[in-house]
Amino acid sequence: MAKVLMKGNEALGEAAVRAGCRYFFGYPITPQNEIPQYLAKRLPEVGGVFLQAESEIAAINMVYGAAGSGARVMTSSSSPGISLKQEGITYIAGAELPCVIVNMQRGGPGLGSIQPGQADYFQAVKGGGHGDYKLLVLAPATIQETVDLMGKAFDLADEYRNPVMILGDGILGQMMEGVEFPAEETPVTLAEKSWATTGAKGRKRNVVNSLYLDPIKLEKHNEHLQRKYERMAKEVLWENYKTDDAELVLVGYGSSARVAKAAVDLARAQGIKAGLFRPITLFPFPKEALQEACKQANHVLTVEMSMGQLVEDVRYNLEFKVPVHFYGRSGGMVPTNRAVLEEIIRWAKSGKGENQ
Amino acid sequence: MITVFERPNSLTTAKTHYCPGCTHGIIHRLVAEVLDELGVQEDTIGVSPVGCAVLAYDYFNVDMHEAAHGRAPAVATGIKRVHPDKIVFTYQGDGDLAAIGAAEIVHAAARGEKITTIFVNNAIFGMTGGQMAPTTLVGQVSTTAPKGRDSAIQGYPLRISEMLATIEGTAYIARVSVHNPQEVAKAKKAIKTAFEFQIAGRGFTLVEVLSTCPTNWGYTPKESLKWLVDNMIPVYPLGVKKTLEEGKD
Repeated sequence: MAKVLMKGNEALGEAAVRAGCRYFFGYPITPQNEIPQYLAKRLPEVGGVFLQAESEIAAINMVYGAAGSGARVMTSSSSPGISLKQEGITYIAGAELPCVIVNMQRGGPGLGSIQPGQADYFQAVKGGGHGDYKLLVLAPATIQETVDLMGKAFDLADEYRNPVMILGDGILGQMMEGVEFPAEETPVTLAEKSWATTGAKGRKRNVVNSLYLDPIKLEKHNEHLQRKYERMAKEVLWENYKTDDAELVLVGYGSSARVAKAAVDLARAQGIKAGLFRPITLFPFPKEALQEACKQANHVLTVEMSMGQLVEDVRYNLEFKVPVHFYGRSGGMVPTNRAVLEEIIRWAKSGKGENQ
Repeated sequence: MITVFERPNSLTTAKTHYCPGCTHGIIHRLVAEVLDELGVQEDTIGVSPVGCAVLAYDYFNVDMHEAAHGRAPAVATGIKRVHPDKIVFTYQGDGDLAAIGAAEIVHAAARGEKITTIFVNNAIFGMTGGQMAPTTLVGQVSTTAPKGRDSAIQGYPLRISEMLATIEGTAYIARVSVHNPQEVAKAKKAIKTAFEFQIAGRGFTLVEVLSTCPTNWGYTPKESLKWLVDNMIPVYPLGVKKTLEEGKD
């Protein structure tokens, strides 16, 4: 199929449909409104259901019901709306149901702004709601990558019976890029869901539940979940850009990584051996790949649209062996490649870094 | 030997955890008898609430979801939209439905979701220990209104059935009670009508069942039945609040 010029949110919606998603429950919030708007038109064309809920809370609980009933289902929102969804997300994780949740992040905290942000990193990768649970978190940096990851997102959700989050940002949702879609004719084979509530005809009844009043059983359930999260480690995805000989490695995801990539090129033009490590899965975190990319680095610099969240995981995953610095803008402000270049020059000039 | 009374197939053999004198057991049985009589046990998906009936998924012998507090109508919406040919019901108490779940029930009704809600109103939060609910009567003592609900401070009870009956998306709304055998029979008839309306795809249906809570009210089971008649029914009058006429769908 030829490339088409498309807005990120709309391309994501189309990719979800082509990945076999037939149910969407959502609630308006900027900057992700084009996802529900696109699907309101598109899903009925393929026999699917689009429903605008009365709140984000209701929307995620509709997802819980639909996922438990065996559907390939998605919801989308942006930061404050994702906070509202956390109640439902922890139930979905506890009951082990597959679904895809999109967060086109904006500035926070509170009502924050409607401009792009990346300050929901912790919320996305550390669980987000109450209890010990994890989401699989995918962080595309381009519209093409968003489209390419949608099928994987739904497949991972089914494979692990776990919610998958697409962690984007307002830039990714709002900008337009050329994008190529997988062929529509490709049939999507959905996994059999013998656990789903479909009416107990000729089988034992199914119960979708996250309540375990017996603490011994709940602890066993938590241990089971943890083993599942450990198994997810093999799903790591990342991109290395000029890291082979990099003495200074930038780390960023999503839109920030694109700014960082441009800064790497500016630095290389000045003879600075800079590179970029871009995690595509934020959970599981590509720890070994990060360590490999940074093995000859004197300094590591994270570039974020937050006050410093990814930086904590980068330090942790590098086991504090390399000094890890942070540069970020927040509140809806976006780092410029010039500003990132200045940071690169500053650390490059400082010589071999001291371990922090 | 002729069997004159047996457990409905739509109930499991699990022993319920309900307090002595609580009417949840009767209401569970009525729902199960109706599912049996309509022959829809294998086509039914239920949603249990948070509250005293949280373990209803252990008692109804059908596919079940356990929902977060107040969210059962949203969960049921998700299920019904995926399986429009199945029978979907929620079973919710007054704390769950009328307080934290007020938005979900109103909008499920407004959308005309083709589900049935069994709304058990005992005018109190039961499971958490007798706190005031939106349905608590003025003057009624609860653990969070120790001197009785004061309308100047805590406002007035919500009449959910009357409120929902004003919404166009609703097809059948009735309030019943189970304080004596005659009323139990009427309650069953209402529950059956609600499920029949759902099967016919006529719109949102809800049956509010006035229920006792001897433990948290502080009365014996027998006194509780009398308290319900003397105090609750005047505030929550029984009867069909809305029934969509034939051909008005």
